[in-house]
Amino acid sequence: MAEAIELYREGLRFRARSQWELAWRRFVRHKPAMFSLVLLLMICGAALFAPHIAPYGLNEQDLARGSQAPTLRGLHLFGTDRLGRDYLSRVLYGTRTTVWVALVVALLSTAIGTTLGAVAGYYRGWIDSLLMRLVDFVLCLPFLAVLLIAAAFLGRGSPFRVAVILALLLWTTIARIVRGQYLSLREQEFVEAARAAGASDARIMFRHMLPNSLGPIIVNATLTVALAILLEATLSFLGFGIQPPTPALGKLIDDGKGAMLTQWWLVVMPGVVIVVICLCVNFIGDGLRDALDPRQARR
Amino acid sequence: MSTPVLSVRDLTIEFDTADGVVHAVDGVTFDLFPEQTLGIVGESGSGKTVTALSILGLIPQPPGRIVSGAVLYSGLDLLRLGQAELRRVRGKDLAMVFQDPLTCMNPVLTVGCQIAEALKAHDPALGRATARARVAELLELVGVPHPQARAGQYPHQLSGGMRQRAMIAMAVANQPRVLILDEPTTALDVTVQAQVIDALRTAQRETGAATILITHDLGLIAELADRVAVMYGGRVVEAGDVFQVFSDPRHPYTVGLMSSLPRLDVDVERLSPIDGQPPSLIDLPPGCAFHPRCRLSAGRAQCRQAIPMLLQAAPGQFSACHFHAEVSSLRVAIEAEIGLTGTR
Repeated sequence: MAEAIELYREGLRFRARSQWELAWRRFVRHKPAMFSLVLLLMICGAALFAPHIAPYGLNEQDLARGSQAPTLRGLHLFGTDRLGRDYLSRVLYGTRTTVWVALVVALLSTAIGTTLGAVAGYYRGWIDSLLMRLVDFVLCLPFLAVLLIAAAFLGRGSPFRVAVILALLLWTTIARIVRGQYLSLREQEFVEAARAAGASDARIMFRHMLPNSLGPIIVNATLTVALAILLEATLSFLGFGIQPPTPALGKLIDDGKGAMLTQWWLVVMPGVVIVVICLCVNFIGDGLRDALDPRQARR
Repeated sequence: MSTPVLSVRDLTIEFDTADGVVHAVDGVTFDLFPEQTLGIVGESGSGKTVTALSILGLIPQPPGRIVSGAVLYSGLDLLRLGQAELRRVRGKDLAMVFQDPLTCMNPVLTVGCQIAEALKAHDPALGRATARARVAELLELVGVPHPQARAGQYPHQLSGGMRQRAMIAMAVANQPRVLILDEPTTALDVTVQAQVIDALRTAQRETGAATILITHDLGLIAELADRVAVMYGGRVVEAGDVFQVFSDPRHPYTVGLMSSLPRLDVDVERLSPIDGQPPSLIDLPPGCAFHPRCRLSAGRAQCRQAIPMLLQAAPGQFSACHFHAEVSSLRVAIEAEIGLTGTR
């Protein structure tokens, strides 16, 4: 009898499927996003373990084999440059820097944007006006000019500094999104209920309201990754970004552009990697958007 | 009688709107005694909820404006507390259960997590395991079956009644001394209401909290309240012991309310509604706000000119009617009209 009751109890214990689980299931069903995720993980994995995977060292020269087109001989899959350095290895190392910079940019700009947007949307009034005018100001800046000047004078070729500069210019979109979310959330009754329960402003903002706006924040952070990769490449291409000896994808294109007409792979190979990463990230962003906000999903 | 836990004195609250100033609450005064339940009854827009929100300092200012009055709780005037002090009282000494448990719960946090939040807001050092045990205990107390499993679920996975019981658990989590219930059963099915009422009774018994019950459901008041305050047009028009007020009302509005209700205990041929519309709080009638709809007033000048004070009409019963002595005969007249033929 007792056993039967126990079994009955077991049967009643149904598993709560959290919203995150549901979102994950929707994401897995999104084929381009899932494919992109796998591909991106492979690229990032290869970049992360570049020292172990790369067939040659970053600066390993073999002058006898300089300027080779992509070939299976000696496993120079991406060819070699003028000095005979294996281009696949250089692209792997470059991807490592570029992806790292992009992640730092995404995390930092999301943190800044979310905090400022949350404060603006929650408190409204003069704080909101002040912060939103700051957003307007940053958006009004001639982006590339400011970026170049800041990168030249403050960046000094260090990947981290370049990442910080990019983050300081890219937080505005997320700030606006979060502010909008908070403006509507603050009117919801559960916020009033939380206040009636004695929760502090910070607690309401980050414990109660933030989880409600996590969807758009995550989607935007993903898209920022793609944007940051492109901007870093642009910056490095123009010679203001990451400086040698640190390899970065944009820098590789910059180095190769002189010989572009005869040695196409010097530009095309890092370029393709950039495009593939950005496409993957955008597809993942798409999938996340559909997964986290099913109401918006297009059929 | 013992000293009140909570006293509201001459509370007047206005809201500035595009159409004019809304006189939401006008000179409301009442006392709440320990372990007692005070029912506040009135139709929509009579100022019940605004009164409750002001006690917890939840009136948005602007557009709201507290013109005058005091809410006294253990020597403090809650209306004059700073944000930090107010936060210490909210959810700890004074807790509130809102009307709609679905919109009042955070959709992305589990029920248990939200109850734990209420605990942690006043005890930051509370450990995870202790909090979890206490949450299960609270859910058990209000009659939620499988409290541990339910605590891990999201609000949308609970039924309406269960959600409201979880809200009650949240409100009593910190052993409040005053519990404010804002239409706790309005959003629920009738069958579920009974369960929620049981949960409320248990919660009251366990915490010994004095309760303010806001509702337009006279049945609920009769069921749970010891004393009742009837509000109309932002003012208290009648107050007193529940049994006394309901059996022998001394204000024409209360008489109207009672005779517009179907009753189970006596035979009634038809119901007698109150004529006219509730007044607009922007443009209240002069004098007694009820006079345009009042059968007793019959256009008497005093009703149109002077605002009646809330005065003792019988021992322990107060009425804000110039002619409260005549109300009993009005009741008898209406009862005869609707064919009330005595006890079934």
